[in-house]
Amino acid sequence: MHGPSTYVPQTGITRWLDSRLPILRFSHDTMMTFPTPRNLNFWYAFGAILTFCLGVQIVTGIVLAMHFDPSGAVGAVPGSSNAFDSVESIMRDVNYGWMMRYIHANGASMFFLAVYIHMFRGLYYGSYKAPREVLWILGVIIYLLMVATAFMGYVLPWGQMSFWAATVITNLFSSLDQITGGIKAGSHIATWLWGGFAVGPATLNRFFSLHYLLPFIIAAVVGLHIWALHVPGNNNPLGIDVKGPQDTVPFHPYYTAKDAFYVGLFAILFAFLVFFAPDFVGNPDNYIPANPLVTPPDIVPEWYLLPFYAMLRSIPQKLIGVLVLGGAIVTLAFIPWLDTSRVRSNRFRPLMKQFFWLFVLDCLLLGYCGDLSVDAVRFGIPMVWVARLGTAYYFAFFWLVMPIIGLIETPKPLPDSIAKSVLGNTAAAPAE
Amino acid sequence: MATTTTAEPTRRDFIYIATGAMAAVGAAAVAWPLIDQMNPSTAVLALASIEIDLSPIQVGQAVTFTFRGHPLFVRRRNAKEIAEANAVAVSDLPDPVARNLNLPDGAPATAANRIAGAGGAAGKPEWLIVSGVCTHLGCTPTAFEGDFGGWLCHCHGSMYDTAGRIRKGPAPQNLEIPVYTFETATKIKVG
Repeated sequence: MHGPSTYVPQTGITRWLDSRLPILRFSHDTMMTFPTPRNLNFWYAFGAILTFCLGVQIVTGIVLAMHFDPSGAVGAVPGSSNAFDSVESIMRDVNYGWMMRYIHANGASMFFLAVYIHMFRGLYYGSYKAPREVLWILGVIIYLLMVATAFMGYVLPWGQMSFWAATVITNLFSSLDQITGGIKAGSHIATWLWGGFAVGPATLNRFFSLHYLLPFIIAAVVGLHIWALHVPGNNNPLGIDVKGPQDTVPFHPYYTAKDAFYVGLFAILFAFLVFFAPDFVGNPDNYIPANPLVTPPDIVPEWYLLPFYAMLRSIPQKLIGVLVLGGAIVTLAFIPWLDTSRVRSNRFRPLMKQFFWLFVLDCLLLGYCGDLSVDAVRFGIPMVWVARLGTAYYFAFFWLVMPIIGLIETPKPLPDSIAKSVLGNTAAAPAE
Repeated sequence: MATTTTAEPTRRDFIYIATGAMAAVGAAAVAWPLIDQMNPSTAVLALASIEIDLSPIQVGQAVTFTFRGHPLFVRRRNAKEIAEANAVAVSDLPDPVARNLNLPDGAPATAANRIAGAGGAAGKPEWLIVSGVCTHLGCTPTAFEGDFGGWLCHCHGSMYDTAGRIRKGPAPQNLEIPVYTFETATKIKVG
């Protein structure tokens, strides 16, 4: 993708192909010899783990689509529908259907677990800073697409949580009525999304169509993400630039082996969830068929959206609540310009490091608040106020802490080079 | 290749702009059907109005019906609930507008305007006919709960009074009142 090629075709056939479609040269340069900093740690394995997750979701998703019926029409039993019944049929009748569905459903959770670690890693080591701004923004776009895909996938089983999640999320758009006056633009958008006057069969059918489409768009943006990664090359835990060949090793076999090892560990955790606790992250109410007349007492999104849900609920004004929810994600795209520090890695930023870990705790706290009912009280404190405080810190971290700390902080001295840091000063001679 | 510069627009400029304009019109003409196909189909729009027999509903009871895919609340209020709804000043309401499709836009949210339908509804203050869609994010509120005795939406804590008016919580508007008519003393037509 970038830089001079070192590929030399060895056989007549590969020479012939190379002068017509240099696909082997491309693969060799991007996946074999690509110079990669020699100090990447465990946290850098999540790129490979996420690629694995996307592959698992696409393969199991294609299988499930062979057996799923996206019709929300009411079935013979009151409240049931073809969609709900076909998911139950996948669980009970289709050969290995239970396994495919449990892999797919838990796969979404594992995907988000990995993407959050990947994002926090990028935040900690300053991987969003120049020259990697476009790489970071493409990542934010992938995350947005993942949220949209996961949301629509959650609607497909057409249980109570599916139905009411679809209702609440599509109604977010109706908040626009408050600023468009008599035109009621928000309500028109909601009606357009539903294909009716409420979430119904038409909504389910189009969500299925888009849920099938979006993963392939994600795959395309992942391609751009990797392209944008290969222009400046990987950042690394020291956050300093690669200064020459002594600072890097070829991607293969060093990082193919390291990534494969961690993908294996990740797969063990994944398999444990699928085979021993398949409903651990799910909500039991989603095994009740969708009923448009009864909202479950507590509706909550899947765990990976709870922090944002807590923000939405903590704001007593509808439009502002929706703007805060959207702003929480849009803010991420501005990080490259909000961080004023010249040092990338938090290893050398003693002050920023503390605010970073406070931010991680804040996200976990918001997730906890999002899972509670809206009037919950813990230790005598109304939790809605804790969520408000958490929301305030979430935004303050990006819009106040990042610009100010970068200006007032004195970073620790940076090492001279990656090679010296890894090998010590005595072995600073070029490796290989 | 030599190029010449002319100050006047040339025929080539005209063809260039005309081609671009034609392509833009063509793209817009194709885009609209692609967008509009997602709006409610004629089959959905053809949903008829419904008739409700009120005779089995007892004083103090709230019953949920389905109207255009949404829940519809029909509530037969007791004297205490009616008095509570009447006692509130419009100026104290978060949403002072009646949100009653039987009245002109912007009518005030008085207790009388909240029960204004056709066919003599005003003389029957015990009957409240309101949409069961919370104006916050569309959940179905639960009757007889919340601080005001009307409805409580469990999703995000919006509370409505015994006239279906928002009193507390994130919902911006009163529960909507659909067009309805008393056809006889014990039968209404909604829609």
